[in-house]
Amino acid sequence: MSSINTPTDELTQDDAVDRSLLLERPRQLHIARWITAGIVLFLVFVVAHSLITNPRFEWDVVFGWFASERLFTGLLRTLQLTIISMVVGIVIGVALALARLSKNIVVAAVASFFIWLFRGVPVFVQLLFWGFIAAIYPRIIIGVPFGPEFFSVDANTLITPFLAAILGLGLNEGAYMSEIVRAGLISVHRGQTEAANALGMRNLTVLRRIVLPQAMKIIIPPTGNQTISMLKTTSLVSVLAFPELLYSAQLVYSANFKTIPLLIAASLWYLLMTSILSIGQYFIERHYNRGSGRPVPKWDRERVINAFRIRNRTQETSK
Amino acid sequence: MNDIVVEARGVVKNFGALNVLKGIDLTIARGDVTCIIGPSGSGKSTFLRCINQLETLDGGYILVEGEPIGVKVKNGRVHLQSNAEVARSRANIGMVFQSFNLFPHMTVLENICEAPLRVKKESRSIVKNRALKLLDRVGLSSKAGSYPASLSGGQQQRVAIARALAMEPRLMLFDEPTSALDPELVGEVLDVMRGLAEGGMTMIVVTHEMGFAREVGDHLIFMDDGYVVEHGNPRTVLESPQHHRTQQFLAKVL
Repeated sequence: MSSINTPTDELTQDDAVDRSLLLERPRQLHIARWITAGIVLFLVFVVAHSLITNPRFEWDVVFGWFASERLFTGLLRTLQLTIISMVVGIVIGVALALARLSKNIVVAAVASFFIWLFRGVPVFVQLLFWGFIAAIYPRIIIGVPFGPEFFSVDANTLITPFLAAILGLGLNEGAYMSEIVRAGLISVHRGQTEAANALGMRNLTVLRRIVLPQAMKIIIPPTGNQTISMLKTTSLVSVLAFPELLYSAQLVYSANFKTIPLLIAASLWYLLMTSILSIGQYFIERHYNRGSGRPVPKWDRERVINAFRIRNRTQETSK
Repeated sequence: MNDIVVEARGVVKNFGALNVLKGIDLTIARGDVTCIIGPSGSGKSTFLRCINQLETLDGGYILVEGEPIGVKVKNGRVHLQSNAEVARSRANIGMVFQSFNLFPHMTVLENICEAPLRVKKESRSIVKNRALKLLDRVGLSSKAGSYPASLSGGQQQRVAIARALAMEPRLMLFDEPTSALDPELVGEVLDVMRGLAEGGMTMIVVTHEMGFAREVGDHLIFMDDGYVVEHGNPRTVLESPQHHRTQQFLAKVL
């Protein structure tokens, strides 16, 4: 047996391979990786150079307005819209997901219809509908259908641009969130519900304590994406003349004609906010991954160095 | 009457056109260990699941501790139980599954404490104390803070047994508790079950472990094609089966 692993005196090798050389480790240079990185860095330099030297960006104007009170007020309204619309969307999404999984086929069918409608019409068009709601229902009446009225209000007074925005964004979001929540709920193994039921837990407890926490692992990452997407989608609300971030910028440049600098200033705020949301998402994902033993991938110094370090092959393959 | 824990009469269960249980009669006395064996598809797991209403009956009835399962009699008429009543009767019956079904997002201790806290609304300190004692009993005191994914199959199943016992059930159902385990891990789970049987727990065990059935079981039931084919003392049934289908089955597995 030993002759297979180590040459012995009894058995001679008739190939010409020098075994002692094989014990050395050849170096790996990553030449293609270095060249590609060089080309990409050069392109980045070209773009950065033009950003700095092209006077039409008017960076002093950009940063002057970036820190202005008017844009900051618009930003606060954008954040307000994002948070409220997402909360409305998540609540509607959970309700629609449960309705779609209901054994009551009427409930499931109506939920499916709602999702079909609100996902199928562009959110921009939906916002316009809510903005023009008074053209369809001039008065909004609370009462018994075909019976007495308790309360009646002019639609234009009740549905302000802000409420129209919340309705348009929230209902549309609810339709998308319901699919995300549903995917999360059905990803939880049936045995989990059975085990919880066998312990005497009621359905609501099972949902709240057992199924939803596990579904969160599936629900959180796309919900984070939806929130980031919502932050940007709120800019569509400018069409309702609601002074969120974009419309605030538009109001300024319609007066001073500094169109590009103001659009850049608004974009910088959007970028800053989406970056903060991404960091928040990382920590929430880490929380809901507990127990799964699957870490969220990191972008740290070690990963960057490892990609370009010259090293021997054993280290490479053992990683 | 008080000595009877489970009384099943004419239990029928259909899945669509498939008749899984075709009239099961069974009486189980307090403190007895009843093992159910039989080929796959014979209905033994389904019968077990009927006892704590994971399946609803299509015919016949089951009484647990003298209380009908799934229905109640009021003013001379039979009514369906409410969800709350179903949950209450399940709380007195412990169940252990083939695939453990531990809650993966909770630690071992949280798994055991969850139902007593949420269902029985007992105080946290009492529940935690009992949970730690149960963990000691199944030999896993050191794993209280671990998540299920970091445990072996045998350890997970022992936690699942502790979780069921934390509700202080009067009847324990085991649905092929060792079938998903690597062979070398089967013994540790059977040891815990043996200890439980010696402590006087009433147990119904669907199993393929003939050795366990012979040593620990008070009764052995052989089921085939939705019927109880043979019922008796485990040694007698295993050594000299009367019915030819029992003989055929035992010839294959022993």
